[in-house]
Amino acid sequence: MSLKGKAAAIGIGELKPFKEPGDLTALGQMARVSAEAIADAGLEKKDIDGFLVGVPFSDPGMIYPASAAEVLGLDLRMLNQVDIGGASGAGMIWRAAAAIDAGMCSAVLCLVADLNKAGDQRPPVVSVQREFEAPYGNIGANCGYAMIAHRHMHEYGTTARQMAKVAVDQRTNALKNPLATFNDKPLTIDEVLNSRMIVDPLHLFEIVSPVSGGAAIIVASPEVAKRAKHPPVWLLGAGEAANHSTITYAPSITTSPIKPAAENAFKMAGLQPKDMDFVCPYDCYTITVIVTLEDAGFCKKGQGGPFVAEHDLTYAGDFPCNTHGGQLSFGQPGLAGGMSHVTEGIRQLMGRGGGRQVKDAALGYVNGNGGIMSEQVSLVLERRS
Amino acid sequence: MSEYYKPLPKPSPTSRPFWEAARRHELTIQRCGACREYVYYPRPRCPKCFSDKLAWERVSGRGKVYSYTVVRRASSRAFADAPYVLAIVELAEGPRMTTNIVAPPESVRVEMPVQVFFDDVTPDHTLVKFKPA
Repeated sequence: MSLKGKAAAIGIGELKPFKEPGDLTALGQMARVSAEAIADAGLEKKDIDGFLVGVPFSDPGMIYPASAAEVLGLDLRMLNQVDIGGASGAGMIWRAAAAIDAGMCSAVLCLVADLNKAGDQRPPVVSVQREFEAPYGNIGANCGYAMIAHRHMHEYGTTARQMAKVAVDQRTNALKNPLATFNDKPLTIDEVLNSRMIVDPLHLFEIVSPVSGGAAIIVASPEVAKRAKHPPVWLLGAGEAANHSTITYAPSITTSPIKPAAENAFKMAGLQPKDMDFVCPYDCYTITVIVTLEDAGFCKKGQGGPFVAEHDLTYAGDFPCNTHGGQLSFGQPGLAGGMSHVTEGIRQLMGRGGGRQVKDAALGYVNGNGGIMSEQVSLVLERRS
Repeated sequence: MSEYYKPLPKPSPTSRPFWEAARRHELTIQRCGACREYVYYPRPRCPKCFSDKLAWERVSGRGKVYSYTVVRRASSRAFADAPYVLAIVELAEGPRMTTNIVAPPESVRVEMPVQVFFDDVTPDHTLVKFKPA
């Protein structure tokens, strides 16, 4: 079954991330971005008949979708929780398209929001991770990505300067994004390499900052998309893959499941990586972008380091990458961090990129990545001229 | 006896033989009777062929550092005594383990040969760690 052209993203809502949540609630942020996305689509709340939601770390609970839907006052024909970590945002898009194509519903609200509260707040993990990871201090995501980076450097000669270049070019993009957390001054490679070492070989400026925020996207049937206020952004291809949770037990730590996910997305779209006008790869760390560009086929395996060093990743460059600044400059508001790559892809294709608009952008590649290079969702999106 | 404040493993029926062996200072892991694959961490069925014919086998304790990081600032307050070396060790028999390398952080390298040792962190808990071979 192909979902090519079966559904379109027609509206987005996104908060500027913020540090101090005060007495705000995750559900309150969900309501804000939902209202924004529904209005942006040119729809009314009663038009929403499908609902996909991510459970916030700050307010977790069982049977979450119906509770959130009740707060929002939705009357639904399809509802579900999407729990594939940072890939949840991208994963919602093709789940929504599949539900629409199957006749379950016609307009899906895809929704994530979270609050970052100070303190030792780690998402709960399952028993095998408590048993075999936590006692050795393999806690949180930093350690796994640091070990990927070390192995990548060992196998392919990737350098610290190459990795730092990702954060630097993405910062240049963020300077044109009013929503980005870090958009006040440029960044240099030396500043990245002189920032504090957190987990060798990753420095502070190569690691996302947890913030609070939220995002929503409306995915609609071709029929509903006719009423949209902005040019619909069509889903041309999608692919998903996962083969591990903890990176220790992955078949390879330097080649990720992005490979099959992207292959399937491009196959469904009938396109190739070289056809893309820009890319929005998940970037929890600098190394994540390098591995993604390799595994999605934008360069040869092992050449991601030289590739990012030799190409201009800015919105005006020869390989526009994470034109919103990536999460490294946008910030990571829980699952809305991963959603930011999707909203940016949609913005670019709607021609709403403002000062960072990629000229004549018609095709974009988006990747969502969960856990430690675990769950992967690749999307190919199109603006029809 | 100083208080040990880091997370401790809570053995399950599946993993109990692994931790009991560690307390005896023996490294035993599962091996599939059907496909002969060595398996770590302990599983209810062979993750490769899905057979339930898993048996415990004592292994060499030799391996190499597949990758590592020096954690200088930990994500959890329990590890505020950072730096420590977190590593993936590939055992001579094949499986990879999350563990610690107990050595000066600057001396650790990818592919470095290592040997198991047993860290009795409490009277009831022994962790499986490695040091340079």
